Amino acid sequence: MIPERPSVGERFRRFRERLRGDTPTSAEPVRPGRVGAGPDGRSGGSSTGPVDACPTGVTGGGGRAGRGPGRRGRADADLAVPPAEFTSYYGRPILKPPVWTWEIAAYLFTGGLAAGSSLLAAGGQLTGRPAVRRAGRVAALAAVTASAGLLVGDLGRPERFHHMLRVAKPTSPMSVGTWILTAYGPAAGLAALAEAAPLLPERGPLGLARRVLPPVGRVAGLAAAATAPALGTYTAVLLSDTAVPSWHEAYPHLPLVFAGSALASGAGVGLLAVPPAQAGAARRLAVAGAALELFGAHRLETGLGLVGEPYRTGRAGRLLRAGRALTAAGVAGALLGRRSRPLAAISGAALLAASVATRFGVFQAGVASVRDPRYTVLPQRERLARRRADDAATDTP
Amino acid sequence: MADPYDRSDPQDPASGAGWVEAPPRMGFFTDTSVCIGCKACEVACKEWNGVPTSGLDLLGMSYDNTGALTANSWRHVAFVEQPRPAGHRPAADPAGAAAATGDPAGPASATGGEFLGMPAAGPPGRTGSAQGRTDFRWLMMSDVCKHCTRAGCLDVCPTGALFRTEFGTVVVQEDICNGCGYCVSACPYGVIDRRADDGRAWKCTLCYDRIGAGMTPACAQACPTESIQYGQLDELRERAAARVATLHERGVPEARLYGHDPHDGVGGDGAFFLLLDEPEVYGLPPDPQVTTHDLPKMWRRAGVAALAMAAGAVVAFLGGRR
Ligand code: SF4
Ligand code: SF4
Repeated sequence: MIPERPSVGERFRRFRERLRGDTPTSAEPVRPGRVGAGPDGRSGGSSTGPVDACPTGVTGGGGRAGRGPGRRGRADADLAVPPAEFTSYYGRPILKPPVWTWEIAAYLFTGGLAAGSSLLAAGGQLTGRPAVRRAGRVAALAAVTASAGLLVGDLGRPERFHHMLRVAKPTSPMSVGTWILTAYGPAAGLAALAEAAPLLPERGPLGLARRVLPPVGRVAGLAAAATAPALGTYTAVLLSDTAVPSWHEAYPHLPLVFAGSALASGAGVGLLAVPPAQAGAARRLAVAGAALELFGAHRLETGLGLVGEPYRTGRAGRLLRAGRALTAAGVAGALLGRRSRPLAAISGAALLAASVATRFGVFQAGVASVRDPRYTVLPQRERLARRRADDAATDTP
Repeated sequence: MADPYDRSDPQDPASGAGWVEAPPRMGFFTDTSVCIGCKACEVACKEWNGVPTSGLDLLGMSYDNTGALTANSWRHVAFVEQPRPAGHRPAADPAGAAAATGDPAGPASATGGEFLGMPAAGPPGRTGSAQGRTDFRWLMMSDVCKHCTRAGCLDVCPTGALFRTEFGTVVVQEDICNGCGYCVSACPYGVIDRRADDGRAWKCTLCYDRIGAGMTPACAQACPTESIQYGQLDELRERAAARVATLHERGVPEARLYGHDPHDGVGGDGAFFLLLDEPEVYGLPPDPQVTTHDLPKMWRRAGVAALAMAAGAVVAFLGGRR
């Protein structure tokens, strides 16, 4: 008992301070855990505190209304509540913020990178560009290995990762993704392994491997490339198939963004690792990827109404703008640097960085849309009003 | 009726999940109009289910220091203090006007500072007369997992840890869950949560162990005012409809049911509520929808994007000399 007392007092003091006003509450963990700790969580802000204002608990009713479950239009200015009617329970998020951390955002990138690289490698394989093929295969293996590590690392119980293999559920994009990765990973691994064949001795059992690996690698490379488009786009469904407003409503556009971003990052690998003379295909791949990505990102920001806002504002907005700028710079550099290896390499790096920024931006936007109950309540209110209007129209003959 | 949201699901999710000769679907009806905010349900739930403490803190949210439903709070009593101007309801209340079936300026608002819930923090009657009372009301509501007919958490769980019981409820198997966290983002009510120090997802089980033995769930058993009622879902729905009618008659036009409608976005809740204000006032989503409703469209879009991706690669390699 006794050791606990100081901590409670401490909390209460912080709470009183918060009510008095000046301390911003953004970093204040309202409860242990993630709930409500968002930047726009309930802010005690500038209004009067209930404890001080209502000694009897009744007379202070008016003072209370300024905060708390503030009825329309009475909420604090710093709650960023639009003039539209909007009520919430103490400004708390209705939904739970994703428990996924940076690992998942990073996986969106590495998964896309693996997919893009495998396509690049297969292209190089089929059109006789060995340098492109090699770079693509190696990058794909590195990326898919990182992906697996990130995915397992983000689990609450990493040692149980194999429980994902108990079932195959089409209603769970994560289950589908698990199986896509299970098919893709070994193929990408074999293809990359085949690149080591020339390093093996010519005789003995390893000599056999030296002769067998290249054809196996060719088949594996094509198999990896065949699964790559699924790997590059299912992650969009993974995010959309949640209650997170800005992810869910973005389902028509997110796959395009992710497909484009995956292609562009694959092209980035090509530009980085291949001499400009062989990198023509990578340059064209960069243009195709950038076009898809920029088109999709534009739709995200402009085509979603209120829930598109998180894609334009705050950290997510900054990340997505940076991603766009880097993509443009990367493509421009790639086209201009046809003969300059350093310029091509810089462009490739810019494309990779662009993909990272875009993925983290999209991830952040979803998190931000959960933290503010406005994005949950207002669109649902609209939907409800529309449905009621429809019902009324059908009811009256 | 051409209701685009009516997905006509079997109202018998247990059979839908493959149970043969499933018992009737069980659920909760939480009547917030008689909730006194005693939190007996929160305590009983923790006791029976061995749920760890959620830490002690003061949140400055009326008497609510639980905050929300979390991995360590499977019942959560919300407290809302509301000024209610005498004689008229808040003007900007479009949904309220639509939802409350009665006359918006009904007798309830005419009586001004009437209390439906607990009295003040001070002893009642201290002011000596009714005139001393203010236009103020206190709403309390014990929130819980809704055990949706179409449960987003269940649909997206990649391990099969979440499953549909023979009673039509939704339960996590703690020996299977690997803490992927997908269910947390998929629940349209923000119910299920991952426990930080344990890594697995936890939520109300509707006392699967108790109801399997024919007992009442701990919270319903503990509730002193029968605000939480447990029983067969169709029976509860009838009871709830009757209760709303009674309240409307008695001059509480703002009483409305939430989650009772089998045609809503989640196919109706196994645990539904009688509310005295808009759902969002209590921290509930006004029009929740199971996320997998749009999943076929999502896969189609992803398919198109995948084709575009493949086409981009083909064009890049065939479209030039080098
Ligand atoms: S309320 Fe959330 S956690 Fe409960 S059954 Fe529905 S989707 Fe699952
Ligand atoms: S956290 Fe557990 S219960 Fe939730 S979706 Fe993942 S495996 Fe299923």
